[in-house]
Amino acid sequence: MITKAVLRALDTKAVIVISILVAVAILVPLSNLFLPVGHPMRVPNYLVSLLGKYLSYAMLALALDLIWGYAGILSLGHGAFFALGGYAMGMYLMRQIGDRGVYANATLPDFMVFLGWQDLPWYWQGMDMFWFAALMIVFVPGLLAFVFGWFAFRSRVTGVYFSIISQAMVFALMLAFFRNDMGFGGNNGLTDFKDILGAPIAAPATRAALFSATALALAISFLLCAMVIKSKLGKVMVAVRDAESRTRFIGYRVENVKLFAFTVSAVIAGVAGALYVPQVGIINPGEFSPANSIEIVIWTAVGGRGTLLGPIIGAILVNAGKSYFTGAFPDFWLFALGGLFVFVTLFMPKGIVGVFVSAWTALRARRASARAQKGIGSVTPGPDEPATPRTAPDDEAAPHGAEPKPAE
Amino acid sequence: MPFARPFAILLFLLALLGAAAAPARAQSPAEIVPTMFDASLRELEDAVAALVATGDPAVVPVLRALGDGNLYETDAGGIYIFSGSGPILDAVTGEPVEGVVEGDLSRIRINNSLRRDVAAAIGNLTLMSENDRTRMSAAREMFSTADPDNIPLLEEAIAAEENAGVRAVMEQARAAALLASGETLTEEQFSQAIAAIASRSDRESLAILTRNLANATTDTQRTAINAGIERINQALAIRDVAQNVWYGISLGSVLLLAAIGLAITFGVMGVINMAHGEMVMIGAYVTFMVQEVIRTSFPGAFDYSLAIAIPLAFLVTGLVGVAIERGIIRWLYGRPLETLLATWGLSLIIQQGVRTIFGPTNRDVGNPSFMSGTFEFMGLMITWNRLWIVIFAAVVFALLLLVLNRTSLGLQMRAVTQNRRMASAMGIRTPWVDAMTFGLGSGVAGLAGVALSQIDNVSPNLGQNYIIDSFMVVVFGGVGNLWGTLVGALTLGVANKFLEPFAGAVLAKIVILVLIILFIQRRPRGLFALKGRAVDA
Repeated sequence: MITKAVLRALDTKAVIVISILVAVAILVPLSNLFLPVGHPMRVPNYLVSLLGKYLSYAMLALALDLIWGYAGILSLGHGAFFALGGYAMGMYLMRQIGDRGVYANATLPDFMVFLGWQDLPWYWQGMDMFWFAALMIVFVPGLLAFVFGWFAFRSRVTGVYFSIISQAMVFALMLAFFRNDMGFGGNNGLTDFKDILGAPIAAPATRAALFSATALALAISFLLCAMVIKSKLGKVMVAVRDAESRTRFIGYRVENVKLFAFTVSAVIAGVAGALYVPQVGIINPGEFSPANSIEIVIWTAVGGRGTLLGPIIGAILVNAGKSYFTGAFPDFWLFALGGLFVFVTLFMPKGIVGVFVSAWTALRARRASARAQKGIGSVTPGPDEPATPRTAPDDEAAPHGAEPKPAE
Repeated sequence: MPFARPFAILLFLLALLGAAAAPARAQSPAEIVPTMFDASLRELEDAVAALVATGDPAVVPVLRALGDGNLYETDAGGIYIFSGSGPILDAVTGEPVEGVVEGDLSRIRINNSLRRDVAAAIGNLTLMSENDRTRMSAAREMFSTADPDNIPLLEEAIAAEENAGVRAVMEQARAAALLASGETLTEEQFSQAIAAIASRSDRESLAILTRNLANATTDTQRTAINAGIERINQALAIRDVAQNVWYGISLGSVLLLAAIGLAITFGVMGVINMAHGEMVMIGAYVTFMVQEVIRTSFPGAFDYSLAIAIPLAFLVTGLVGVAIERGIIRWLYGRPLETLLATWGLSLIIQQGVRTIFGPTNRDVGNPSFMSGTFEFMGLMITWNRLWIVIFAAVVFALLLLVLNRTSLGLQMRAVTQNRRMASAMGIRTPWVDAMTFGLGSGVAGLAGVALSQIDNVSPNLGQNYIIDSFMVVVFGGVGNLWGTLVGALTLGVANKFLEPFAGAVLAKIVILVLIILFIQRRPRGLFALKGRAVDA
């Protein structure tokens, strides 16, 4: 059954995207590690980490797209799941420091010694084992999403209301994690990592391995999302997005569909966060800030929501732009980001991918009609170019008018 | 008894100073002060007596300076007050003087006996002053010093006092002085003193009683003190509650101002305007600009700066709001989530624009004189600016109610809120209503900015600090109903302030956020939801 679902998910486009991601996962580390320094084809060390960061952001945007683009749930608090996954990974990395910290305490992280704590809090227990930390990376964001979604979707909190309370959730978490008493390092967060799985975290080989892991994780997430969307469940999700009440009246349990999508999305976001932390070397409560969560939405919107490729492209492009602008014109970045928001929502509701898709469809339609005009006698069209303009496939369905209408 | 008080003062001073002769007629301080130049101790005594005889509270600073050794003379014959730092003041007028430097001054020296006389004279002038407020503050000061030497003065003053409130404070001061004197008191005196102090019921009196508990010698004394402490603690607890309610109302009124514009736009258009916080910020910067212009061009009119800033901020932010609606939001009808994103992008642009123009640092916005300072009301310390903001919020709320319920624009807005399509079918130009609503909501945000500039830092981030709280108020209170916003804002404000003592400010906020998230589950459309099937899209 699973193989069937995988095969169904693997249409031409999915195969291409996944192949590219796998190729990147192999080639970038190879070029970084084995080509001599100065070789034109070598990917420099800093770029490996930077690209790795972008790919984890892409995974996060993909997670958001699954619920926003396909189920019509706009979460303004998705950074919470990303950051929770990141904190779980950070806790594991903190425990790996052992007695190499400033205070040389074998069990307690530095900040706890500094605060005068005697014992490890219960929620830090077991985080020194990677398998347990990995479990938590999946479990904690998933549980939060499940509980939050269970409450929200059962009470039919939808549209703008859901966006606002998801923002309240991430804001509350940010305030909580800023507190020293929480035992997560307060303002400074978790940093100063040394090892991951026994390998020194700053070594080029570890960085390259982390990059590969991120690219592969992104490929797997892509496959997972494609599987969900191509399944019957995926069709119901789109139905919920386009006409929630109607779907409910037909007899589908809308809240369960939404809850499933939301939880899967949170888990993907958590894994993305866990891959992000070792590559940037720090996790702090700033990751919970509501502005960060809204930024995820813009990546998805720029790339094109309602497509699986869009969020990946959007996240990479926007973040590359951010890296460039904040270095070259620091004052200009917020103008650019804000302008991008306004521009994309006004003129490119389907995002970059949407623009290309509709341009492509228009081009084919024109070619087909031109051919039909030219050869009036020959009625049969070419084998791979149907005479009638192809309508956009399901996963590129226009998100236009996707949201529930405002209160009337 | 118009003559009683001056006569009593005179009599008392004659006895006190043993002065040979009282001045035949009351001289003015301006005539007496110069006689202190190069005076012997005896001549100083006469001058002090003469100053007291004027009965003018204005001489108190001179006497106080003399007693504290802050009174100086120059070779040129001038008498000045100088406290070691700050400006050198003329002894008669109390104004800073030019052209006198510290090196010219030589201290007017007095001995201990004269110093006691001066202290007594000050007490007399103040405790016996015509002005209730002067007597009150003198009595308060004596309560704090609790100097046993003041007991006879206080008893004299209590006998002559007619104002019950002032007399009560004087009795408390006497009680404190009695307890501090270390004399053995009768049980009755003691319990009276304790009761007098306990009747103040503030932390200061609590401290006095606690101190005396350690020194108490008999069981009856201890019981009396414990009863007094009990009483004070109860009064303090009640006052804490009242204080929290007041702080809560104050915070709630700020939330109300920030949220009410949001509630209007959300109610009518179903759109959360993420740039709302930036409208608040623009309002605050308008206040800043108005004050800058006034400071440089019309320094005298500073107290009227807010009167200019309020309509100006409303206009500026209202116009910006209309421009936003016409320029961006009207293209996004029916897509509320995308509107949310576009307005957020806009908020980034406005924020960065203000940061580029005015710089990222806090700008200095001053309080007009009527908004600075504090006053005490039934034991509560109330700052004037908070009080004015509560009043301002109430006025804005009332005006909005009026606009919504008594004008045709309000009628149309309510119609669009309840059923957009039906309103449109009845001939209401819904796009125009949208633009006006957005302008009105933004204008009110600008008003909130004027108010917030008085209590918060004016920086480009001003709006962001309030935007999430405003959302919470709106979703908690429900849309389409101003009363919902009022109840929501006040509830959140008071709840926040009551949680703070137990949980700390940050945890209180977290608890409130979690409670709201849970509350939304129970009532997905807020406290005062519009009823009817049209609401459920």
